[in-house]
Amino acid sequence: MHLAYPAVLAVLLFCVGLYGVLVRRNAILVLISVELMLNAVNLNLVAFDVWLRDTLHAGQALTLFTITIAAAEIGIGLAIVLLVHRNRGTSDVDKLTDLAETGTEPDSASIAPTTDNTAETAADQALPAGGQTA
Amino acid sequence: MSLAAGPPGFLSPAGVEIAFLLVGIATLAAALVTVTTKQLVHAALWLVVTLGGLAIEYLLLTAEFIAWVQVLIYVGSVVVLLLFGLMLTKAPIGRSPDADSGNRWAALTVAIAAAATLVWVVVDAFRSTWIDLSGAVQGSTKVTGASLFRNWVLPFEALSVLLLAALVGAIVLARPPVTRHRPSKDALRATPPRHGARS
Amino acid sequence: MTLTTLAALVPALPFLASVAGMLLGRHAPGFVRPIAVLPTLTACVLAVIVASRQGTGPATDVGTRLTPTGSVPIDLALHLDGFAVLIAVLVGFVATCVQVYSTGYLRDDPRYPSYAALVSLFTSAMLLVVYTGDLMVLLVGWEVMGVCSYFLVGHYWETPQARSAAVKAFLVTKLGDVPFLIGIFALAADAGTFRINGILTEAVSGGLHHPTVIALLLLAGVAGKSAQFPLHTWLPDAMAGPTPISALIHAATMVAAGVYFVARLLPVFMLSTTVLAVLAAMAAITMIGSALAALAQDDIKRVLAYSTIGQLGYMTGALAVGNRSAAVFHLLTHGAFKALLFLGAGVLIHATGTTSLAAMSRMGDLRRRVPDAMWTMGIGLAALAALPPFSGFFSKESVLRAAEDAGDGHVAHVPSAIGWTVLTAGLLTALLTAAYATRLFLLAGGESSQLVRGESEQRDDSATPPPGTDKPTHIAPVMNIVLWLLAVPTVALGVTVGALPAWFDGTPLTPTLATSALGIGLALVGVLTTYGAWRAASMGPADPGRLLLGRLHRHAARGFHLDAVCTALFVRPLLAAADLVRFLDREIVETYVHNAAATPSLLGTLVRRGQTGNVQTYLSALLAGVVILVVLVAAGA
Repeated sequence: MHLAYPAVLAVLLFCVGLYGVLVRRNAILVLISVELMLNAVNLNLVAFDVWLRDTLHAGQALTLFTITIAAAEIGIGLAIVLLVHRNRGTSDVDKLTDLAETGTEPDSASIAPTTDNTAETAADQALPAGGQTA
Repeated sequence: MSLAAGPPGFLSPAGVEIAFLLVGIATLAAALVTVTTKQLVHAALWLVVTLGGLAIEYLLLTAEFIAWVQVLIYVGSVVVLLLFGLMLTKAPIGRSPDADSGNRWAALTVAIAAAATLVWVVVDAFRSTWIDLSGAVQGSTKVTGASLFRNWVLPFEALSVLLLAALVGAIVLARPPVTRHRPSKDALRATPPRHGARS
Repeated sequence: MTLTTLAALVPALPFLASVAGMLLGRHAPGFVRPIAVLPTLTACVLAVIVASRQGTGPATDVGTRLTPTGSVPIDLALHLDGFAVLIAVLVGFVATCVQVYSTGYLRDDPRYPSYAALVSLFTSAMLLVVYTGDLMVLLVGWEVMGVCSYFLVGHYWETPQARSAAVKAFLVTKLGDVPFLIGIFALAADAGTFRINGILTEAVSGGLHHPTVIALLLLAGVAGKSAQFPLHTWLPDAMAGPTPISALIHAATMVAAGVYFVARLLPVFMLSTTVLAVLAAMAAITMIGSALAALAQDDIKRVLAYSTIGQLGYMTGALAVGNRSAAVFHLLTHGAFKALLFLGAGVLIHATGTTSLAAMSRMGDLRRRVPDAMWTMGIGLAALAALPPFSGFFSKESVLRAAEDAGDGHVAHVPSAIGWTVLTAGLLTALLTAAYATRLFLLAGGESSQLVRGESEQRDDSATPPPGTDKPTHIAPVMNIVLWLLAVPTVALGVTVGALPAWFDGTPLTPTLATSALGIGLALVGVLTTYGAWRAASMGPADPGRLLLGRLHRHAARGFHLDAVCTALFVRPLLAAADLVRFLDREIVETYVHNAAATPSLLGTLVRRGQTGNVQTYLSALLAGVVILVVLVAAGA
């Protein structure tokens, strides 16, 4: 079999998963898309392992490990999503924007206040009107 | 590595390839539906189809053990977990119009660009490589088991610990909040419990 | 002790006293008065000894190189001749009198220690100016005097008049001092030395190439320091300072420094007839204008201030006709009687709590309350009006005689036109001087004219009493003693007229018959006219000055509006320019600065829009970057 078939299929699956991660609103759908990406990687690993006829069977071993870790990750990921849902009432990723910059001015006063250029009072002019002095 | 008896032509489809291609198309289509459907639960179900398709691909690639593991773990437990998650977070049944965020077009652009780049790179790199499927079986259970427990024992055991940690972690994270400090066992010995035992 | 040592001690002792006073003033208040009085007294005694040792012999000129400057070196030099030693005696005497008088006048003043220290510093600077033979050292003393004058005029700095008067005095004299400095440098460059001896030698032998320009520059400084037209406007306002200061600085010493300077360098000035003409014109305008203004002032100290300006005009007039002996003679007598008049005025101010002549004339009983002051002031005013046998008569007659000599063409290098100008102005001023002196005496001490007129009351209330004299205070006896002490030279200096020429240049100073008769006659005319006006004024306004001056009174009282002219010519444009600069700074420069700050702020706001907090946005951007990088790497490879 031409190696391109599994490789290209893996690439396309990966990109579909990528699209899903970036697009979906619900956190669980994001997790689903992540699973897609992981599976694409697994396919790649298996295909290359079979092509290389590895004596260590590293590709297939790693695939097994990936599957296991994906399962662990999904468990914890869902626990987190549950927690978020419990605290925020929503599992909408768009609503989790605590890292956003709020855009309100931090402090209107600059480091140096503006100089006082108001007109000075003329009380201390050094020029008496030439009249009587004490 | 090509076969010893002359390189086959570029477009000579062997039967395996045709099967692979067809199943691949189905898998891809199912994956596309997964990420585009507006019905959240259907997305999980189409994921089942995708994962099943992938299991068949593994079989075609003579990775038999992996295929069954895929079905067991992924289709069996992961998808079930996802469905549970959907239900516990009260995902809407039926169409939800806001399943996709506003990033749609940027994401589409990125995904298509990534796909184009990667496909081009991969095809360019492996233009003339063939997998030899007729040699010794690579992925049977016997072979895989021997390899695992001879070469990959340590990662295997570490993985068990990881699974345990994930298990504990998931339980800790997901359990309902504890509202009051539970009296310790010493207090239980001294005074009779005031409330009904709650774990 | 050698003459040099004694002469060096004379300026040094008051300087040490001032340093000690400034250091110890707060910590040891018991020592302040002795530190103020004793060194100055010692300096006076030493100055007398120096004068007697110097005598009428040839001038003593000693010096040591102070610092080489690369071009014209500066020396620490002493030049003692008749002029220097006699003026030094006058300065020492008047300074001692002022210090002693101040112990009584400023008895309750909290800032007395710094005042006394500054007076000592001033005395030392003036003595330095008088004794020195090097122009640079003279300049140092000149400027130190200016600074001390600023501080002392501003002694009552709680009042805005004192503050502005101090600044005005400083600025106007500085306006003259800048050309003065340039003139000194030009003179030294021309003559090749800062030593006065060397300069005079060069001047006489024709070694100076630009005498007119140099002399005119120097004249600017002299006009500022000696309050000649047009830089005289600071002196009447400087009366905001304490009265002993007016006596010391603005009557006897600092204003005399300008006259002394010209007298010292007279050969340089006489090289150019333009300069002499300018000097004579300045003197004439100053004399007549100030006498008219003095006739119109209500404040007793301002009358004396304008009188000082006028008498200084006499001295510069004498210098304009080339006779420095007459000028210095008049300086000596003027120092004595003007100090006496100021200190007497101080007693009057203390006794009545006001400086207004109209208020004093309404009180009417000053003759009984402060008899010493009234008698001594009478003597001083008689000297001012140049009535024989007081010293003022002899010195003014010497000036008029010098002017007549020049008018007759007997003086080399001096055109007779200059002589006639000075003579006419001098005679007219003699008349006016007698008039205002009489007015002062009558208003201050005459019998109370039973008048309570509306207009004069409005005039009186405008004069606020100076600080420290809000209520009539007991007159310390030491003040009266000083007054009588000063009365002695006022009366007696005239007898030296025969012996003085030997100390000076040798030109005779005795009055001639013609000018004496004319002078005495005019003075009597002035006295009688004023007296008549005062009597006639019993029916009308109480001030004979109003009657005599008529329409001119209003302008004369304002000093002929010179201050208003200065305001319009200089102050208003300067303030407008300052406003313009402030506007430009605020609207243009600060706008740039603000926008320089606003631009990054704007950029920051734009960048902040990318921080939406949405993880998927961040990821998209990240992956887009990765894809681009991969494409670039792939394309590059």
